[in-house]
Amino acid sequence: MPSPAFHAPGTVDEVVGLLAGDPQARVLAGGTDLIVQMRSGRIAPSAVIDLKRIGGMSGVRVEAGTFAIGAATACTALKDCAELVAAWPGVVEAANLIGSVQVRNRATMGGNLCNASPAADSVPALVAAGATCVVAGPAGRREVPVAAIPAGPGKTSLAPGEFVVEIRLPPRPAGGGDAYLRSIPRTEMDIAVVGAGVSLVLGPDGTCTSARIALGAVAPTVVLVEDAAAALVGSRLDDAALDRMAEAVRAACRPIDDKRGTAGYRTAMAAVLARRTVNIARERAQSESTSKA
Amino acid sequence: MNAPSDQKTFRLVGTRPIRPDGIEKVTGKAIYGPDFVAPGMLHGAVLRSPHPHARIRGIDTRRAEALAGVKAVVTGADFPGGAEGTVAGGETPTDLKYASIKCMARDKVFFEGHAVAAVAATSAAVAEEALKLIAVDYEVLPHVTDIEEALRPGGPILHDDVFTQGLAETPTTPSNASLRFAMTRGDAEQALGAAVEVYTGRFTLQPVHQGYIEPHACVASWQADGQGQIWCSTQGHFSVRAMTAGILGMSIASIRVMPLEIGGGFGGKTTVYLEPVAMLLSRKAGRPVRLAMQRGDIFRASGPAPGAVIDIRLGALADGTLSGADIEFKYNGGGLPGAYEVYSGVMSTLSCYRVPDANVVGWNVLTNMPTVHAYRAPGAPQTYFAVECAIDELARRLGIDPIDMRLRNVLRPGDTDGRGMTLGAIGYAETLEATKAHPHYAAPLGPNQGRGIACGSWGNYGGPSTAAVSLAEDGSILVTEGNPDIGGSRAAMAMMAAETLGIAYEKVRVTVADTSSIGYSMGTGGSRTTFATGMAVVQAAEAVIEIMKQRAAQMLGADAAGIEWRDGAAVLGEQRLSIAEIAAKSGMTGGPISAEAAIHPGGFLPGFGAHICDLEIDPETGHTTVVRYTALQDVGRAIHPDYVEGQIQGGAVQGIGWALNEAYVYDREGHLDNAGFLDYRMPVASDMPMIEAVMIEVPNPDHPYGVKGVGETPIVPPLAAVANAVRDATGLRIGDLPLSPDRIYARLQAAE
Repeated sequence: MPSPAFHAPGTVDEVVGLLAGDPQARVLAGGTDLIVQMRSGRIAPSAVIDLKRIGGMSGVRVEAGTFAIGAATACTALKDCAELVAAWPGVVEAANLIGSVQVRNRATMGGNLCNASPAADSVPALVAAGATCVVAGPAGRREVPVAAIPAGPGKTSLAPGEFVVEIRLPPRPAGGGDAYLRSIPRTEMDIAVVGAGVSLVLGPDGTCTSARIALGAVAPTVVLVEDAAAALVGSRLDDAALDRMAEAVRAACRPIDDKRGTAGYRTAMAAVLARRTVNIARERAQSESTSKA
Repeated sequence: MNAPSDQKTFRLVGTRPIRPDGIEKVTGKAIYGPDFVAPGMLHGAVLRSPHPHARIRGIDTRRAEALAGVKAVVTGADFPGGAEGTVAGGETPTDLKYASIKCMARDKVFFEGHAVAAVAATSAAVAEEALKLIAVDYEVLPHVTDIEEALRPGGPILHDDVFTQGLAETPTTPSNASLRFAMTRGDAEQALGAAVEVYTGRFTLQPVHQGYIEPHACVASWQADGQGQIWCSTQGHFSVRAMTAGILGMSIASIRVMPLEIGGGFGGKTTVYLEPVAMLLSRKAGRPVRLAMQRGDIFRASGPAPGAVIDIRLGALADGTLSGADIEFKYNGGGLPGAYEVYSGVMSTLSCYRVPDANVVGWNVLTNMPTVHAYRAPGAPQTYFAVECAIDELARRLGIDPIDMRLRNVLRPGDTDGRGMTLGAIGYAETLEATKAHPHYAAPLGPNQGRGIACGSWGNYGGPSTAAVSLAEDGSILVTEGNPDIGGSRAAMAMMAAETLGIAYEKVRVTVADTSSIGYSMGTGGSRTTFATGMAVVQAAEAVIEIMKQRAAQMLGADAAGIEWRDGAAVLGEQRLSIAEIAAKSGMTGGPISAEAAIHPGGFLPGFGAHICDLEIDPETGHTTVVRYTALQDVGRAIHPDYVEGQIQGGAVQGIGWALNEAYVYDREGHLDNAGFLDYRMPVASDMPMIEAVMIEVPNPDHPYGVKGVGETPIVPPLAAVANAVRDATGLRIGDLPLSPDRIYARLQAAE
């Protein structure tokens, strides 16, 4: 019963080297999924590579309104970055629904993404916000949309030797607003039965000029529902547009029945949550317009 | 508020001092079951069945035994045969044969997680590795987890030697219905025929777990001379001793059980799962062995409360009098016979109401689930759920206030309960009057909100208890008792001793002694400890006072008959001798001062509670938010009100969890799909409003300080209080628990 090796390298290149040399190695950010899975016997990695000693891996860098969030940044720490909270409140709120306060003091959005659970809370919010992530690997670095990382429950599109270095969010567009809501039977300490992330841009007259709607826990991976967004763009988010949006959301759901919810309930709730999430995003976008005016 | 006006007042009883075990517990120093370590201790691990139902053709342990570091392996073959008879186990007598099989399977496994072998090794990792080397040859059998499927002819039969008990004629074919128990009075059919309104309904409940945070854990050490020691967390170390001795064929006095602090039990820690296994491993290995369950083991292999199917017909007259009842329930007993809940369920079903004509029938049905075990008022919340929902519907049909409806039917002093006990100073009516007068009952409701009322009762118990009171050399007081402190009982014992002796609370220190250091005490269960063990403490303290009066008489050269005991001192006219002075001279007046009381008191009275639940339903999602909750209870007299209110709040929360989200979820293969706190959805703190606990003090005259048991009653009313509130908010009578968002949503959709 060999214990896994533990590495705490100081550079990204070292991590890539270790990962490339050992396909059974796993990276450790917060560890709130990895350690639980190891303890339960679900996984038995040969080595654990801690990212937290690498410079720049923890914390949010703000560069000309763009946000670069290190892969080892704890969810709680996102709330300390006032610019990020102002620009992408839905993302920060989504990340701070995961687990409990204690869990969020360790857990990261990078880990939430790479754990590849269909129910990951931060992922629909990130996808709605148009986030990208920087992936380092033997072939160097590449930047891909967040939505490209999950490949199925527990599976990512990362190639051998690759890992996520940081998550990037664009500047908040003028008239923009985002939000995330999830459905759970309890009030916290639970896994999303459905999650809905929305990002909107409203023109000065309240017309929706751009929208992104992403759903969690209704398919093997996060779903960006382009038809739902299209139902909103050009409208003033009137009831008819919201009804068309809700219909598109229902049509995009491909959920399963499991202990956390039936397929029918998930589909119905996806539409309810999407509508509520749009309303919060709209309020935020409008307050943005008002404050600019 | 409605308590009798002639109540005695006390110096300490009814105050709220800091509990003596509190600091050690909140600073993490207290030693709980999983914390205990013995020198040279080996680490044990248990191999559990992946199948819900299978015959064991053979077990090959040779590769495990050959692994370096493995010191012992045991299987069912290591258990002595012939264990039989019953042993008192908390609230439920335990059949030793099935207690033994529950610890380790023999020729069959009856549920996923049933233990089939165990290993002791030099490290936990080696023990886990050794489990993988044990080859069990299973013949997988068809399984059944649903109550009604288990009764369907042609389905899998779990035990070919179990025949339904309680039928007029002994059956000749084995059945999964292991027990029928009935209680009949008057003519239910005639009464239902004459009733003005009859509510007919079916109610279903899923199995729910006690959910204690501390896992089952023990260390056992078998000595070379055939004696043994066990350190464990339990509600009753005397029953651990008796069960382990009975299962292993040892004399009871040869086993000494040391109770560690207990992190929750709720009835679930009144049996043994690990202790006999650890003893056998220790005997083979010659060293102490530790065994502890993981959370998944606890859900899969330790007793939940039974799920149920309940059919009810309840009749009422126009004035709200409950005139007749016909109730038949089936409890899911799990894999092994012997569950007690059918008996207590039948006796509890109408236990707080006068229903002259009633027929109550209960069945225990065996399925491939873990064998059920006591959970707070075992057997009562299920049937009360059906009865209290039925009363709610009858009150609506008759246009009667639901509290008035219950006041019309509730037992009064002098009435006889379902057990045939004539009840004395019960405060059911006082509790209901207080409920009606509570501001909560008149508070306005918001949109999508509803209010539910429900009552509940639990019979409580007395039971055997031993306690000793002795003087230390400086006059401080030691109380020694045999009941694990699961809800603040050390504080209550110290208060009752100090009150009796007339001294400060801090002068009394309480020890929960091991099985060899105090006489027999039934476990902490049946809401009996503050009542019965408290009475033993008071009697021992009174005996110590008599000794001290004699010693003081010697010291004063007076007649003991003239000595009074007042404010912690022997008083004769102007002369006064304190306990410290009497203790200091005890060497010259006859030696150490100590007394013991060993009692089996009657005079216990049932508990009764009435709960008001306000909740709000999100009509688009079916989500439920409990917005206000008030729990009123006849508590006799609260010795330490904090711990009485804590019992009321805790019981209410557990009942609300049972109503809203808790349930065992099995997949088609008979595997438990939610064996952890993530998906077995007990309430979290943010789910709950502050539970307002209102104590109605109608003292029990048969206890020196008026105590009635309080721990179990508060889990009985919430199931129906919640369901009745859902009914009020939505117009829907949903008889199936849990009332989870998807279920409520589906019913709302169907109603549209």
